[in-house]
Amino acid sequence: MNKLELAKMANEVRKGIVTAVHSAKAGHPGGSLSAADMFTYLYFEEMNIDPKNPKMENRDRFVLSKGHTAPGLYSALANRGYFPVEDLKTLRKLGSYLQGHPCMQETPGVDMSSGSLGQGLSAAVGMALAAKMDNKDYRVYCLCGDGEIQEGQIWEASMFAGHRKLDNLVVIVDNNGLQIDGKVEDVCSPYPIDKKFEAFNFHTININGNDMDEIAAAMKEARETKGMPTAIIMKTVKGKGVSFMENNAGWHGKAPSDEEYAIAMADLEKIGEELGGAN
Amino acid sequence: MADVKKIATRESYGNALAECGAKYPNLVVLDADLAGATKTGVFKKAFPDRHIDCGIAECNMTGIAAGLATCGKVPFISSFAMFAAGRNFEQVRNSIGYPHLNVKIGATHAGITVGEDGATHQCNEDIALMRTIPGMTVIVPADDVEAKAAVEAAINYNGPVYLRFGRAAVPVINDTPEYKFEIGKGVVLKEGKDVTIIATGTCVSGALEAAEKLAADGIDAEVINIHTIKPLDNDLVLASAKKTGKVVTAEEHSVIGGLGSAVCDLLSEKQPTKVCKIGMNDVFGESGTAGGLLEKYGLDGNGIYAKVKAFVQE
Ligand SMILES: Cc1ncc(C[n+]2csc(CCOP(=O)(O)OP(=O)(O)O)c2C)c(N)n1
Ligand SMILES: [Mg+2]
Repeated sequence: MNKLELAKMANEVRKGIVTAVHSAKAGHPGGSLSAADMFTYLYFEEMNIDPKNPKMENRDRFVLSKGHTAPGLYSALANRGYFPVEDLKTLRKLGSYLQGHPCMQETPGVDMSSGSLGQGLSAAVGMALAAKMDNKDYRVYCLCGDGEIQEGQIWEASMFAGHRKLDNLVVIVDNNGLQIDGKVEDVCSPYPIDKKFEAFNFHTININGNDMDEIAAAMKEARETKGMPTAIIMKTVKGKGVSFMENNAGWHGKAPSDEEYAIAMADLEKIGEELGGAN
Repeated sequence: MADVKKIATRESYGNALAECGAKYPNLVVLDADLAGATKTGVFKKAFPDRHIDCGIAECNMTGIAAGLATCGKVPFISSFAMFAAGRNFEQVRNSIGYPHLNVKIGATHAGITVGEDGATHQCNEDIALMRTIPGMTVIVPADDVEAKAAVEAAINYNGPVYLRFGRAAVPVINDTPEYKFEIGKGVVLKEGKDVTIIATGTCVSGALEAAEKLAADGIDAEVINIHTIKPLDNDLVLASAKKTGKVVTAEEHSVIGGLGSAVCDLLSEKQPTKVCKIGMNDVFGESGTAGGLLEKYGLDGNGIYAKVKAFVQE
């Protein structure tokens, strides 16, 4: 896909997020929307995957370590064809295969269950290590929150990944600046994020994570990086695309009312129109 | 039992892994800077490329194992029970249990027979913790023969398994040609009619010793080895409880949440029977020799004998 097509798709992914969370009357829109461009790029451009064969042995893997942003992952998977987009409305409902946090046994395309912050990166490291042990060339991508990296296990996993020179691993930090209790730098600052990963022997790249060109360039650079894992620290806007959710910690884990939903969808429709209508 | 052979089940664990290495190419072993103590060093020596030392980071080790399992490996994570089940509880629950991944947890140094290191390292809570995780199999081998059989059975079983091993040498009691290990199947070691002693792990040899002493007093005890705490061999426990009408459980673990609780859960529902639970009575351990501690806390042959006798004569 070209940049415009990707941007349009990201907008569709955002609509899916807002629709799912509105339907569920619960869930986490803020961090799903901030990472929507990344979800889109990964599933529509970057990763070697097959929606018809979600368990394909040599597929690239994705671990959503910040599992609460499942709506973002689900919307990308649905739009990519793993399951019907319509099913996004079953999010968090009794009997749905779209659980509140990712469940690898329930949902096609989910490579690892997650939701307890800090744990996903270790699993991603295990996957990358398995590829190395078996001389396979699949790559592993892991998305963490900028609040999540306050968890010590993230740094245990990073130390190991750097030590083992896992250059098939890409850690993406969604630096939207907010966590539940407010700004990350007010709660317990993770900054400087890049320097921390560097200290653990990562190659680091700082980008604007709401810009497809920058995402594409960073992914290319990560692929070309040998002998060390890559950390992409992406500055994003939490709630990106929905006017009243942007940069507002209050929209971390709250569903829009019917009126708010209408405004949110109108915002996204407008963005879609500006991008030149449907794909 | 004066001159029986004694081997620590952690030795059996390391040896079994090394012996299974060639037969099971997907087997990988992870450690957290305790390969010497968990005895997985034997595997490391034989299969260096399939041994992964994660450093002192048990939670990360657990997650790495989960990731390896999603890619078809059969990982064994090794540490002391305190860390493998305690420090790690939530990682085991969420990264292994919930996705029902094929990870085996080899927990050594369980219970008070850790000895001199004292209470911080003596985990008497791990069976309780692991047993509550849906889909988790919990195995506590009694001796070398059983520990090795359990390791191979765990490799051949698809799903998470918690294996509990000890630091101290324990008598080899299952070294017989008929011995056969099956996950979930308890073993009647001695038939009897007056009281049932259900033991696990370290306490199995003590229970046998107690039964001998009880016999001298005219008490005919049945001794059952429950090596699999979960799934429990319900039929065997129920049948024996029905026969004797009195049940004693013996384990090197807290009386809260372990074998005793599992047996009571079953009996209270299906076959109400008076139960005497022998274990750590809601207390922490302390430094001492393994033998000295077993004696002090009433978990050796004499301790079990005294408790059973008093219970039968109540
Ligand atoms: C171990 C753990 N502690 C707490 C939570 C509750 N929780 C869910 S989301 C969240 C904040 C996450 O912030 P961040 O990582 O910045 O995510 P994002 O901003 O991308 O949504 C918290 C504390 C959790 N899911 N897991
Ligand atoms: Mg954040």
